Amino acid sequence: MFTNRYIFTYAAIMVIVVAAILSFAATVLKPYQERNVRTEKIMDILKSVNIKTEKSNAEDIYNKYITEEFAIRPDGEVVSVYKTDTKSFEKGDVRPFEINMKIELSKQAALKSGKGTEKPVFPLYVCNHDNKTYYIIPLRGKGLWGPIWGNIALKDDFKTVYGVTFGHKGETPGLGAEIASEAFQKQFRDKTIFDDSYNFTSIKVVKGGAVTLPSDEQIHGVDAISGGTITSKGVSNMLKDCLENYVPYIKQQITN
Amino acid sequence: MSEEVKTKEPLFSAKNKKLIFNPLNKENPITVQVLGICSALAVTAKLEPAIVMSISVMAVLAFANVIISALRNTIPPRIRIIVQLVVVAALVILVDQVLKAFAYDVSKQLSVFVGLIITNCILMGRLEAFAMGNKPWPSFLDGIGNAAGYGIILIIIAFFRELLGSGTIFNYPVLEKIGLYSVGYKNNGMMILPPMALITVGIIIWVQRSRNKELIEDK
Repeated sequence: MFTNRYIFTYAAIMVIVVAAILSFAATVLKPYQERNVRTEKIMDILKSVNIKTEKSNAEDIYNKYITEEFAIRPDGEVVSVYKTDTKSFEKGDVRPFEINMKIELSKQAALKSGKGTEKPVFPLYVCNHDNKTYYIIPLRGKGLWGPIWGNIALKDDFKTVYGVTFGHKGETPGLGAEIASEAFQKQFRDKTIFDDSYNFTSIKVVKGGAVTLPSDEQIHGVDAISGGTITSKGVSNMLKDCLENYVPYIKQQITN
Repeated sequence: MSEEVKTKEPLFSAKNKKLIFNPLNKENPITVQVLGICSALAVTAKLEPAIVMSISVMAVLAFANVIISALRNTIPPRIRIIVQLVVVAALVILVDQVLKAFAYDVSKQLSVFVGLIITNCILMGRLEAFAMGNKPWPSFLDGIGNAAGYGIILIIIAFFRELLGSGTIFNYPVLEKIGLYSVGYKNNGMMILPPMALITVGIIIWVQRSRNKELIEDK
């Protein structure tokens, strides 16, 4: 009753029609989706310096408080500088905000293991809020089930943490997912990522609590999440892997 | 179930009304047919994602039913499951894209479960059992009815899980406002985890069966 030819024609037409509808929808909706992702990124960055924003005003507030964006190589070279008030480049032509951390971190890993030659660049945001300057560094790493990410804001001495935010794709609710909670993030406040002579120490997320560390190291440690050991380790590694890329640049700034 | 509706009848005849209301109780996809349990456990920790999920399933199921029913005489039986899958998958991708564009926060909470509507047994079950043998309008009603039956259970579960697990309703701190915390009440963290959703489904099934003797099997 249905010939093979009919079946093949039917399937072919169906697939083409569906493909056309879906690609049309994807094209039409893409600008909206990209705007959502962008707004979320902006809100995350601002949250690390304790600026609360709504979806509607995020972009304006960003332009008001984030004055400059830097793109920095791990050896300390500044590749580009972008001013948000004039929307112009002072140097280079890579908008630091558009840098994809995932790609840059994999370039960095390839470079370290000798498999790649491409040099990564990392963004650094400068925030001026209440007459104080903060430096915001975006973070990205691996949790237990998927990627985790965040932003860390440093005070103008480049070593004291002003605030952090973390996000995750699918950590276990109640356990690993607690990294996104206020209580966990509050611990990072006033911890330092360098010791007194500016040797890079990063911040460790310590199982059993920061109190188990020697007293001079407690300033570089926070309590891990019970039941979320692997996610906690992921946060430790993420902080170390991302922050160390900025160490040469920060040292230049300190000695100047 | 699958015989054609032959004679001309009013839009909401007794038969058509049954299509909508039976799945809410007697033929409920979750509590009676025990389909679509996976997503029912996963998205019901809060009310908002549960409602968005119900609406998404309703949109997909109603339109998939209509499309399949309109095409039913042209679909070669040998590839009918493939055709059904393609239609459902296309609709699900559309819903997912629309959510990402206009309800980004909720779409993040629902994450993979919107995509997994494709594998929701309720859909394939309705397409195969109903839409392949009925006209578009009854199929549309059948889709709405079954999705509503699915949604109503989701919303009941989500209500109790959010209230007991987080102490909120639609993120509004109800229990805090009525002062329960000050007398030493604590949220039950277990309610947020999927196992408690399963137990909640169990309780709903228990209540439903004890009230509705038709559902009790003969020994």
